[in-house]
Amino acid sequence: MKAKFLVPLILFFALAGFLAFGLTLNPREVPSPLIDKPAPAFSLARLDDPARPFALEEMKGQVWLLNVWASWCVACRQEHPVLVRMAQQKLVPVVGLNYKEVRGDGAINARGMALEAETALAIERAQRWLDDHGDPYVLSVLDIDGRVGIDFGVYGVPETFLIDGEGRIRYKHIGPITPESLQQVIMPKIEEVRRAG
Amino acid sequence: MRAEMFVKPLRRLAVAVLLAAALPAAAQQAAMPPQSAGPGAAPTVAADPQLEADVMELSHKLRCLVCQNQSIAESNAPLAVDLRDQVREQLAAGHSKSDVVDYLVARYGDFVLYDPPFKATTLLLWGGPVLLLVGGAGWLAWRLRRRQGELAAVHGLSEAERRRARELLAGDAKQSSSESPESRS
Repeated sequence: MKAKFLVPLILFFALAGFLAFGLTLNPREVPSPLIDKPAPAFSLARLDDPARPFALEEMKGQVWLLNVWASWCVACRQEHPVLVRMAQQKLVPVVGLNYKEVRGDGAINARGMALEAETALAIERAQRWLDDHGDPYVLSVLDIDGRVGIDFGVYGVPETFLIDGEGRIRYKHIGPITPESLQQVIMPKIEEVRRAG
Repeated sequence: MRAEMFVKPLRRLAVAVLLAAALPAAAQQAAMPPQSAGPGAAPTVAADPQLEADVMELSHKLRCLVCQNQSIAESNAPLAVDLRDQVREQLAAGHSKSDVVDYLVARYGDFVLYDPPFKATTLLLWGGPVLLLVGGAGWLAWRLRRRQGELAAVHGLSEAERRRARELLAGDAKQSSSESPESRS
């Protein structure tokens, strides 16, 4: 074979190709095993009315987003204007899951804090944040200890779940929603789910 | 954190290592600020030492999703602490280790396992090295056999070649080369 000397070169390019492809992947984005599975059931206190629990079933029949946020989360501040604009345009109902509002904040030592005191502080902080930055949510619920977050496989804030009319998770967005990701990924997904449902 | 091992002998190195260790932690702050463990705050530990040993053994096999190169036993990311608490709570409630592993895999996927299971999607992961080994050995065997054939062909001189070689060694080269010029083809 005349072109034998090309073999190492071809092998090199094949390896370089694999490595180059690897560079385009984000190791922080771990695919969720919950996609196309029923969203984990939960019942959490509403931020606007802590005595009233909110359950997943209340959104039955609607395609909606569950957005995980916290006032201490810097990236949430980045995505928040996008959510506010979405709410103004009434694109899709968004429910906020306020994740570990108090004990997630590195500046506060929440160990040993009574649950009632922590809840009261969480409500105050979360409400103040929404007052300052705008409230794009249909409602927000309080996940004080992050337990519901674990059930949803949350491992960083913000994360956003697309849930269909039957309560199944159809898509998970990891990290802040940007105008680009909204337009190119999330809205097409929502349209797809709406058409299918 | 491993950095503590260097602190006594080489303070300057220790500072560098600590700074390096702090970098990824700072990068994660955007997603999840590390929980500040106050001066008096001891980590939660089960009262039963056997249970705590089980918790730690299992935690070492589970990946922290925030610091992906650390297990949830090693990491101090808030999520790792939460997951450790979950493991402890579930083991204390009498669940088996495989139940706890299933619980976490259902939420975070096979990625939480440092020892991924053998199945269709991990076929290449587990089979790849074997495939490479067998392929490499096969290629080597093929090459060696071919070379043996080539060497045999070189060694096998015809009677005429042997005669000419003897003549060359005897010093009659000139004569014989003029006799058979076509042999240089």
